[in-house]
Amino acid sequence: MLRFVLGRLVSLTLSLFVASVVIFLFVEVVPGDPAAYMLGLNAQEDTLEALREQLGLSGTLWERYSSWILGMLQGDFGTSYTYRTPVAEMIADRMWISLPLALYALALSTLIAFPAGIWAASKRGSLVDTGIMGLTQLGVAIPNFWFAMLMVLIFAINLRWFSAGGFAGWEAGFWPAMKSLTLPAIALALPQASILARVMRSSLLDTLGEDYIRTARAKGLTRAQALWRHALRNALIPVLTIIGLQFSFLIAGGIIIENVFYLPGLGRMIFQSIAARDLIVVESVVMLLVFAVILVNFAVDIAYAVVDPRLRVRA
Amino acid sequence: MKLMKFAAASALAMTVAGGALAKTDITLAMQLEPPHLDPTSAAAGAIDSVLYSNVFEGLTRFAEDGSIQPGLARSWEISDDGLTYTFTLAEGVTFHDGTAMDSEDVKFSLDRARAEDSANAQKALFDSIASVEAVDAQTVKLTLSEPNGSMLFNLAWGDAVIVAPESIENIKQQPVGTGAFTFEDWVQGDSITLKRNEDYWGEAPALEEVNFKFISDPTAGFAAMMAEDVDVFAGYPAPENIPQFEADPRFQVIVGNTEGETILSTNNKMSPFDNVKVRRAMAHAIDRQAIIDGAMFGLGTPIGTHFAPHHPDYVDLTGMSDYDPEKARALLAEAGFEDGFETTLKLPPPSYARRGGEIIAAQLREVGIETEISNLEWAQWLEQVFKGKDYGLTIVSHTEPFDIGIYARPDYYFQYDSAEFQEMNAALSAESDPEKRSALLEDMQRLIAEDAVNGYLFQLAIPTIAKAGVRGLWENAPTQANDMTGVYWEE
Repeated sequence: MLRFVLGRLVSLTLSLFVASVVIFLFVEVVPGDPAAYMLGLNAQEDTLEALREQLGLSGTLWERYSSWILGMLQGDFGTSYTYRTPVAEMIADRMWISLPLALYALALSTLIAFPAGIWAASKRGSLVDTGIMGLTQLGVAIPNFWFAMLMVLIFAINLRWFSAGGFAGWEAGFWPAMKSLTLPAIALALPQASILARVMRSSLLDTLGEDYIRTARAKGLTRAQALWRHALRNALIPVLTIIGLQFSFLIAGGIIIENVFYLPGLGRMIFQSIAARDLIVVESVVMLLVFAVILVNFAVDIAYAVVDPRLRVRA
Repeated sequence: MKLMKFAAASALAMTVAGGALAKTDITLAMQLEPPHLDPTSAAAGAIDSVLYSNVFEGLTRFAEDGSIQPGLARSWEISDDGLTYTFTLAEGVTFHDGTAMDSEDVKFSLDRARAEDSANAQKALFDSIASVEAVDAQTVKLTLSEPNGSMLFNLAWGDAVIVAPESIENIKQQPVGTGAFTFEDWVQGDSITLKRNEDYWGEAPALEEVNFKFISDPTAGFAAMMAEDVDVFAGYPAPENIPQFEADPRFQVIVGNTEGETILSTNNKMSPFDNVKVRRAMAHAIDRQAIIDGAMFGLGTPIGTHFAPHHPDYVDLTGMSDYDPEKARALLAEAGFEDGFETTLKLPPPSYARRGGEIIAAQLREVGIETEISNLEWAQWLEQVFKGKDYGLTIVSHTEPFDIGIYARPDYYFQYDSAEFQEMNAALSAESDPEKRSALLEDMQRLIAEDAVNGYLFQLAIPTIAKAGVRGLWENAPTQANDMTGVYWEE
């Protein structure tokens, strides 16, 4: 098990390094001068020069890359060009919205998908199965931003149960904050839940066709008992993979939903920073997202090993 | 027991009375968030939209109609040669941190703005100031190197507000001014809260709390307004929805003027635009009203030159470039382009540019000019078009007030180089007699229209959507500001 974890750690570090180089180069070659963006149409050349100096935009590519990486290793993400506040602070503030939103959506998606998938699999071919599969087909097909706008129209504008967007703030209390995340979380969760339910069903059906299930049935277990005791655990591997992928998507994919609901989360911050050429923020946030995705994949790998002991030996 | 009943009853009475009073807080939404909160070191209009006149004040200020009113300077004297301005400051003014505002702060602010290493986006406003002298606590003397007829106007800009040396260090996060509202809180990406300044030197505002909320997506803005999450949307970004608000008794729609001359900027140094006949041909090929109707849903006033129609010195020159495709074709043929030509049309993000660009491209095609459209982000636009001058045509709204002077800068991105205009502009700066100034301004407007430097399209309008009970909002936008000092709720 230890060797397995160490092996995974090495590949994690390598991926992070490669990602940092790629991100830095891509962001730096994008045309656009942050100083010009800030000072607008009437700025004079000497003013632009003075501002570039203040922002630390002078220096070679290599100097800027190494100071960025070294700073990040010490937890210093630099200072935003436009906001002039430490990037780490900005990320931490925004994280308090994006992370709970992703977790909320993930919880909703799992809570919907597991029962739906299991129910459909256990009643294979029945009306229930067809109904659930039809709904999930629809859930995958509907773009989540469109569904989000539809929900705003119904629940915010017509019924007035929710606000159309914005975030109440955690200082307003847990429930008001959760309430302002509810519509966005549902919008994010719907397509994910649909995919997950379909994976759950097909994976369960696959395992239900295995020999050991026939053996279990032969020794007298009902179909339901065999499903719960033997098939479910074995069907979980592909489901875990999908959940891992989805979590990364939920963090990064919040960009559009955060804009629809004008939530001050990470996604919206990236959006604004790209337009303003606040490169240091873009680099650091993208790097952080890469780190989160890689870390989640690492956690999923470890989870496989926990669910399936054979993997521990093989690695 | 009796006593308790009484207490309960009076508490009830108080809440009822409180409910009948008009609301004293307001939530105002706008599309763009300020990058930081220092109006003296960035061009972002969003900074002024939140802070101008609310938190920060200058020596003079813009009133809603664009006229210049006394601000922190209650009166001033101008010497006969136009070189010395003596300002008398208001008494008893304190900054929000409690320190007194006096002539030393004025000297500090103006010297900082015009310093060598200044990051002021409008540094040119202060070019003619030779020295600033604090005569006594209440008196400031400005000495100019040359007469400048627009000095009082220049000092009204958000970039010329008075700041204090004690609080300058953290101004970008903690703005400390002298205005009727104090800065309370900024949740980045979401909102900024201002509170009423109880020690304000002038007339106290009716509102106790103002919340600025930032909603960039037009659809989200529509939903927020309809769900009544916000009370006002200043600069509402989706003109196509305006009829829906007009029909709804819960809302009022206010359409005002801005200082934004929206123009088809033309690269005057690039062939074939270096030929005045080609530029005139384009001016006749453009149907302004079709662009206003198609791109702006009818909002906007046609202009024939680079000047705001609500300005007293404006001359209506739209007739000089009336829509006449036949004439445009004839002019093109005269210039040697019977078969037309091809050029680039680079469009920044605002909808006036993106939607207007499609319509203009179609209109130009009618007379044989083919345009290759490319959509750019602002940062790209600044780099390629504004700085690199690598473009044929572009569409942009020049939102700075009274900015006809840019035509005297030959290295400005549309590269208009006319000695005649430059002389007129120099004469204008030196002139302080109002009548002569007007005459000069009219000549300047005529000259750029005759030379068809750019395609003059329309003056950008600013639609504001508000709840029906809100009163005292600025209708026009002489500068990008949401002056909340006079806003109140009607009971």
